[in-house]
Amino acid sequence: MQISARHLDKMTVFDISGDIDLSTSPELRKPLLRELRELRTPRVILNLKAVRYIDSSGVASLVEGLKASRDVGSRFILFGLNTTVREVLQLSKLVRIFEICENEEQAVAP
Amino acid sequence: MDRRSLLLKMELRSNPETLCMVRGALGQLAERLGFSESECRAVVLGVDEALTNIIRHAYAGQPDQPIEVWFHRIQVPARGAGVEALEIILLDQGKKLDEAKLSGRALEDVRPGGLGLHFIRETMDEVEFSHTNGRNQLRLVKLLHAQGTPAGS
Repeated sequence: MQISARHLDKMTVFDISGDIDLSTSPELRKPLLRELRELRTPRVILNLKAVRYIDSSGVASLVEGLKASRDVGSRFILFGLNTTVREVLQLSKLVRIFEICENEEQAVAP
Repeated sequence: MDRRSLLLKMELRSNPETLCMVRGALGQLAERLGFSESECRAVVLGVDEALTNIIRHAYAGQPDQPIEVWFHRIQVPARGAGVEALEIILLDQGKKLDEAKLSGRALEDVRPGGLGLHFIRETMDEVEFSHTNGRNQLRLVKLLHAQGTPAGS
C-alpha cells in the first residue's frame, strides 16, 4: 500500500493505492489519526480509486478515522470506491455511516 | 470423478506479509474453478480473513508460526443433488479458539474490529470450527455455481 497527502485549504486529501490489509493498515491508520487528532484538519478526504483490496483491518482503520473525525468535529469523506472496496464496505453493513462522494470535485466542494 | 480431490496445499508462516501472496494464488485458483468475479473476491476475502484471525488471535501476532491451508474440490449434497464446491481447511497450532467469541458481534455496534468473523460467515456457504490434537481447524466451503448457473457455462 502507498499513501500520500495533498494539503489544500483547510482540508487534506490522502491518495491511497494498493492493498489495505493486516500488514499495511497501520500505515493508513497512523497518518489518518495524526491528521484528525493532532492537526485537527477540518476536512479529511480519502481517495480510494487505486485501492485494489481492503479487508476487515482496513475497514477498522476507516472506522477509527471516522470516530476520530466525530470527536474533533471534522468531516471525513471517502471517494473513488471501486467494486472491490464497495463490496467489502457493503458486506460490513457500515457503508451507510460514511460520507461517500462519487469524485474529488464533490468531496472538496464547499 | 473423485468426490474429493486435492487442488493445492500451502504451508505458511504467520507473517502478515504472506497474505498478499495467498490472495494472488487463491484468486487465480478460484477463477480457474469457474467462480464468477464476485465469487472469486468473496473466496479471497473469506480466506484472507481466516488467516488474519489465526495470525492475530491464535498466534497473537507472532510471525513465525505454522499454518497449513488445504484446498479441495469436493461434492456436497445440496438442492437435492451433488453440487461441486471448493473446500478450504486451515490448520494452526495456536491458542484454542474462544467459542464464546465465535458468534461475532452486532454490526450496529459501530467500532473498529470484530468484522473478520462476520466477513468469513458472509462470504462462505459453510463455516465449521473445531479443535483436535492441539490444533485449531477451520473448514470453509464455497459452493460452485451457487446461483444455479450450470457447470461449464
